[in-house]
Amino acid sequence: MTESTYRIQGATGEWEVVIGLEVHAQVTSQAKLFSGAATAFGAEPNTQVSLVDAAMPGMLPVPNRECIRQAVRTGMAIEAQINKWSRFDRKNYFYADLPQGYQISQLYHPLVGEGAIEISLDDKNPDAATKVIGIERIHVEQDAGKLMHDQHPTRSYVDLNRSGVALMEIVSKPDMRSPAEAGAYLSKLRTILRYVGSCDGNMDQGSMRADVNVSVRKPGDPFGTRTETKNVNSVRFVMAVVEHEASRQVDVLEAGGKVVQETRLYDPDRNETRSMRSKEDAHDYRYFPDPDLLPLELDDAFLEECRQSLPELPDAKRQRYEQALGLSAYNAATLTADADTARWFEALLAEGARIQKKSEGEVAKASANWLLSELYGALNRLGKSLDDSPVGPEEGAELLALVADGTISGTIAKQVFEIMLETGERAPKIVEEKGLKQTSDTGAIEAAVAKVLADNGDKVEQYKAGKEALFGFFVGQTMKAMQGKANPQVVNELIKKALG
Amino acid sequence: MSIDLQTVKKIASLSRISVTDAEAEAMVPELNNILGWVEQLGEVDVTGVEPMTAVIPNHLRLREDAVTDGNVRDKVLANAPQAEHGFFAVPKVIE
Amino acid sequence: MTELTNLTVAEIRDGFRVGDFSAREVAQAFNANVAAARALNAFIVETPEKALEAADAADRAKAAGEALKPLSGVPIGMKDLFCTEGVQTTAASHMLEGFTPTYESTVSKKLWDAGAGMLGKLNLDQFAMGSSNETSYFGNVISPWRRGGGDNAALAPGGSSGGSSAAISARLCPAATGTDTGGSIRQPAAFTGISGIKPTYGRCSRWGIVAFASSLDQAGPMARTVRDNAILLETMAGFDPKDSTSLDLAVPQWEANLSSDLKGKKVGIPKEYRPDGLNAEISAMWDRGIEWLKDAGAEVVEVSLPHTKYALPTYYIIAPAEASSNLARYDGVRYGQRDLPDGAGLQDMYAATRALGFGPEVKRRIMIGTYVLSAGFYDAYYTQAQKVRALIARDFELAFEKCDLLLTPTAPSASFALGEKQADPLAMYLNDVFTVPASLAGLPAMAVPGGLDAQGLPLGLQIIGRALDEQTVLNAGLAIEERAGFTARPDKWW
Repeated sequence: MTESTYRIQGATGEWEVVIGLEVHAQVTSQAKLFSGAATAFGAEPNTQVSLVDAAMPGMLPVPNRECIRQAVRTGMAIEAQINKWSRFDRKNYFYADLPQGYQISQLYHPLVGEGAIEISLDDKNPDAATKVIGIERIHVEQDAGKLMHDQHPTRSYVDLNRSGVALMEIVSKPDMRSPAEAGAYLSKLRTILRYVGSCDGNMDQGSMRADVNVSVRKPGDPFGTRTETKNVNSVRFVMAVVEHEASRQVDVLEAGGKVVQETRLYDPDRNETRSMRSKEDAHDYRYFPDPDLLPLELDDAFLEECRQSLPELPDAKRQRYEQALGLSAYNAATLTADADTARWFEALLAEGARIQKKSEGEVAKASANWLLSELYGALNRLGKSLDDSPVGPEEGAELLALVADGTISGTIAKQVFEIMLETGERAPKIVEEKGLKQTSDTGAIEAAVAKVLADNGDKVEQYKAGKEALFGFFVGQTMKAMQGKANPQVVNELIKKALG
Repeated sequence: MSIDLQTVKKIASLSRISVTDAEAEAMVPELNNILGWVEQLGEVDVTGVEPMTAVIPNHLRLREDAVTDGNVRDKVLANAPQAEHGFFAVPKVIE
Repeated sequence: MTELTNLTVAEIRDGFRVGDFSAREVAQAFNANVAAARALNAFIVETPEKALEAADAADRAKAAGEALKPLSGVPIGMKDLFCTEGVQTTAASHMLEGFTPTYESTVSKKLWDAGAGMLGKLNLDQFAMGSSNETSYFGNVISPWRRGGGDNAALAPGGSSGGSSAAISARLCPAATGTDTGGSIRQPAAFTGISGIKPTYGRCSRWGIVAFASSLDQAGPMARTVRDNAILLETMAGFDPKDSTSLDLAVPQWEANLSSDLKGKKVGIPKEYRPDGLNAEISAMWDRGIEWLKDAGAEVVEVSLPHTKYALPTYYIIAPAEASSNLARYDGVRYGQRDLPDGAGLQDMYAATRALGFGPEVKRRIMIGTYVLSAGFYDAYYTQAQKVRALIARDFELAFEKCDLLLTPTAPSASFALGEKQADPLAMYLNDVFTVPASLAGLPAMAVPGGLDAQGLPLGLQIIGRALDEQTVLNAGLAIEERAGFTARPDKWW
């Protein structure tokens, strides 16, 4: 546990910032929370809308099992209390993107109760600086539709495609104390959701967005008045909002003013928040249990299935990578930060162990290094991601196996990988066709060594006089003469022998 | 709990029903009459009583996650007072 | 031949099958009566072509020797709260004037699928809020009944299913659908000398019925006989996966199991339903009903439903609360009326549209509902009401440990004159005093006619049963029907 030392220096002294996040995460499902309309992103306006979503007279909601299941699995992933008895409530307000005139949500009895997420504040050494952020609750609710303001000079247009899509609202406790903690929390939450598969975490498509609650206080004082900045859609923006909003509040307070409890909006272009005055008329949501829906009661079999279907979670995986696979803390953290990366790595590992007939632990280091340096370097260069990598885990494992069994050297492996990226051919074929197999034929190597030493008599003298660094030069020259195909170990031994 | 003109106007506003002053004035005694009458519920001893949640014992069914609906834009827009380019149209909203 | 429009549903069904008349003849006869009774204002939309279409289909099926459907040849009226595809559905409001659903309610679809034909959409209290059918945007329904002695005052057919009750008693249709939230089937049935049953909450799907109060709304049939109610209810009831509160139970064969033999049954008489000052004729009617049930073999026991007096106030918190939210969707954006004053923004449009589209009673209830749910009042009103509601339901449970059914009056008076109670909303609400408790508890309850009062107006009796025990309710209704011998019908003046 680490205490944050993040402080804002004001004219009157140091200020501490207090942050809580309410994250809306779109639940991964085919159909909407209460209707059978599709949830896919980017459809033509009002085509993914049922009569239920459009709140036609007499239409009724029927809940989607998968949405409940995913929220429960998410709750289990943060070791939260799962409420076997919960209820849907109506939140009543009028807006053009809200066809029913109420949002079906959960106020009084949420599906998921208290839990926690451990965040890490040091990438290089994830175990050294951690902090536990409390989760207050997770509840399930409907998303609203979308208003378009720029299509007509005097009208706004309403698209209900998103209306009724299932959201999880994940409410943290006010446990964060710096922009970095808020950023780390959101990243970690996103990682967990993606591992669980309950949300795709695509913040740019709006699948995840955060309402950022910020207040400031003198260290040790009670909580100050908070503001809520709505719909912030990236980790970077969340950090910017905290930073900006905290210093704005300090300015207000130090000027003798009061922080107004209000809803604010973040403008990324100007990097500032501003008050949403249009929505300020005191809301009275008149929550009450939705009489169209009965209480949601979950049985043990349902909960057991949810638990059984949970994958290994990021923290457990990271520890396993360190302890069982012997990876460095940094590599383990990097490989587990994203579910897709870990999945790719594990496929590479499994395939490598299979081909090489070794344990996963024995192939782990080489696999991790190759993935994080060679493959990532290439993907960066090509502007691609693991998803659309031209080389898959099987192909990668084949390449690594050729290095491991001495068929090719690491240097040649780099060349082979380039060819794989360009042609899509597989490593064994490339090595075979291009004759890249390294040789351990001592006769040929001995001849090459003899020639290198003969051609560089001056350097041999210098070496013998004590300039041992020249050893590498001889190795390099020999390898060059062998066109890189000599077994480096054999080369080393033969040079040592020849130099006596 | 007696309500006044101000409260009636506030309720009307929350309900999104525009009322004239005369209408609101007329509603004050009417609503007070009704609310005064329902307030007799306060005298019932409800110690230990849970609020009713299901009228007839029944459990909430969950449906399978399958796309079975949608793609009915014409039906959705058929009765719209104003629909343009596949959208419902409303007076411009300033956010 | 008997006048076709005086036949019951069972008689039409059976007579058509044996060839006494064609389905088209029946439809034409009712269509003619509908067209000739516009003075009653029972219909908002007449659909003679729909009635004929269904009749012709039945005639063709019969001619071709195909299997007939349960309601082949039977035309009915449809309360205008049920969404009907391609036919205007208004809930008797200006708000939904011109609204033409692109979908068919589950209950109406079941009826059409069973071969019934639609004579038209029946008038009602606006959004089913009212007990006299005086809140309809499309005008009052006039009861076909008049007081004796040359008193021509226009009387209330009851509400909210007042179009249904008036049309059935005036022989404009042999049966009709109703909906009942606090008595909207039973009270109008009592006012017009017909029968109607509100089944157990969850028996009939609410999908496609314009919602008033979700935890109370139930569809049910209205007709002149108990048997007809059983026939209709068998078609209307049944599990619907589109309604989360629908009961996943098989539909019993209520008609086949009808029996007026009540031996072994205990009838509870709740003492709280006989308050001081109960109308003497209502009281006498009730006593006759008790004797009839005894005559049918039942044992009579006194029971207590101690929270009865709190039922109405409970109802008038819960129903308006749910309604205030259910009616929020009428905002002028996706369907229905829109009022957009010059320069109005979105929220102004809502307020103007809703001021224009809702009548005074609807506004009143929305505002009460909004108030009781608002910050600071929710627990005192709504939570308290749901607790009292639980106590009311428990009263019934305890009573049903001592008896199998309850017999009570349906309404505290016979029909009253239009306008008589309109000025005082509270006086109007009190009309539901005997019907609301069963609604709060979700129990099946039925009104059957017992006789006429001194002025020649019908009086009804109410039977309340255990949850899911519609059979006992219908059987007791049949026992009363057989003994009451109610054959009175209004003299045609329209």
